[in-house]
Amino acid sequence: MSENREFFYRRIHSLLGVIPIGLFLMQHLVVNHFATYSPEAFNQAAHFMENLPLRIFLEFALIYIPLLFHGIYGVYIALTSEMNLKRYGYFRNWMFILQRASGIITLIFVVWHVWETRLAHAIYGTEINFDLMAQILSSPFMFGFYVLGVVAAVFHFANGLWSFTVTWGLTVTPKSQRVMTIVSLGVFIIFTYMGLASLIAFAS
Amino acid sequence: MADENKTIKLIIQRQDEPEAAPYEEEFDIPYRNNMNVISALMEIRRNPVNAKGEQTTPVFWDMGCLEEVCGACSMVINGEAQQSCTALIDQLEQPVKLEPMKTFPVMRDLAVDRSRMFDSLKQVKAWVPIDGTYDLGEGPRMAESKRQWAYELSKCMTCGVCLEACPNVNSNSEFIGPAALSQVRLFNSHPTGEFHKAERMDAVTGEGGLQQCGNSQNCVEACPKGIPLTTSIAALNREATVHSFKEFFGSDYHN
Repeated sequence: MSENREFFYRRIHSLLGVIPIGLFLMQHLVVNHFATYSPEAFNQAAHFMENLPLRIFLEFALIYIPLLFHGIYGVYIALTSEMNLKRYGYFRNWMFILQRASGIITLIFVVWHVWETRLAHAIYGTEINFDLMAQILSSPFMFGFYVLGVVAAVFHFANGLWSFTVTWGLTVTPKSQRVMTIVSLGVFIIFTYMGLASLIAFAS
Repeated sequence: MADENKTIKLIIQRQDEPEAAPYEEEFDIPYRNNMNVISALMEIRRNPVNAKGEQTTPVFWDMGCLEEVCGACSMVINGEAQQSCTALIDQLEQPVKLEPMKTFPVMRDLAVDRSRMFDSLKQVKAWVPIDGTYDLGEGPRMAESKRQWAYELSKCMTCGVCLEACPNVNSNSEFIGPAALSQVRLFNSHPTGEFHKAERMDAVTGEGGLQQCGNSQNCVEACPKGIPLTTSIAALNREATVHSFKEFFGSDYHN
């Protein structure tokens, strides 16, 4: 094997984006969606997650470490490309640019979001519940920021799912790649709806 | 003829030598029927006078076959990288803007150095090994259907248009680009070329390899020969997955 580890790192980057980060994102949006039923339903669902065994271990193994690797290496990947949308305005080139832009937006959003919730809990003992989110999202600016962050994160995941299937050689033919585009669009619509519905429920 | 006084306006990005700064020069040249960009450039070479009426140096460009097979005359024409031999003046909007492909080092005016592409072909061993110390004889037969499929991949003329279109081929990266990757698929599927498959897969997952593709899929849209470059890349991705699993979990022998 050659000394070059880049192939390995890129494949790890691709894998981590789906497993576990993508799975975590879906789980997170599902738990949030309980907020549309009632504040109590959300608090109950959130407390169930909080009381999972070995929680701190789960958080590090399934969220923090994969997310840091994927995020930091992702910024490096984004910075090594040169946009050429003006000359090549094809659909996939748009997706290529949006994947990188949404990745950067998501990283900024997630850093802020983790600081405001999980780190605030760890440092100041802030209680994480429906009221905390309701308070954060009562500011129109923060509501807009969260909408942008959630849409960017879901887009990055859905479109990333498409490139995941190409990167691992699951979808080879143009036809299978087109079908996967439709599947990823479905994922984008469903989870964007769930995310936005939760945000509206928190804010109202 | 009604066209006798018609002229064509060309705006050409020029550069006197590899390290010099580029500048634009305009030319008005007489129209003839059925001109292509090369015959327009030949007209400038015949009479190197720019639009201001000043004597200038003839515009330099690269060319070979004049029938879109050699790939030497690629340039950016009205913003689109293509071969200047098959770019017909009648089909182009005027003024016609000519620029060298920016992905490659400019040698002079519109001529670029495509060496990096040939280096990549060497890196990935894009050939069928037939030389030995003895006569290797005939290779195995190839199914006609497969031959026809392989013929499409063999149309690659190393013209550089796909590298120009790729957002990941630039000065920040070592990415070898779509052309060489597709050639790996071509030679890996050749009955004799297959002997070197494992070596090619090592090369293609090494420095500047397959992993740097970002799936913008501009290459397949831009390729003048209609080569299914993104299908080749996805197929190589599948092969690389199998190859890397074999190498990590598998035996001490793989090909």
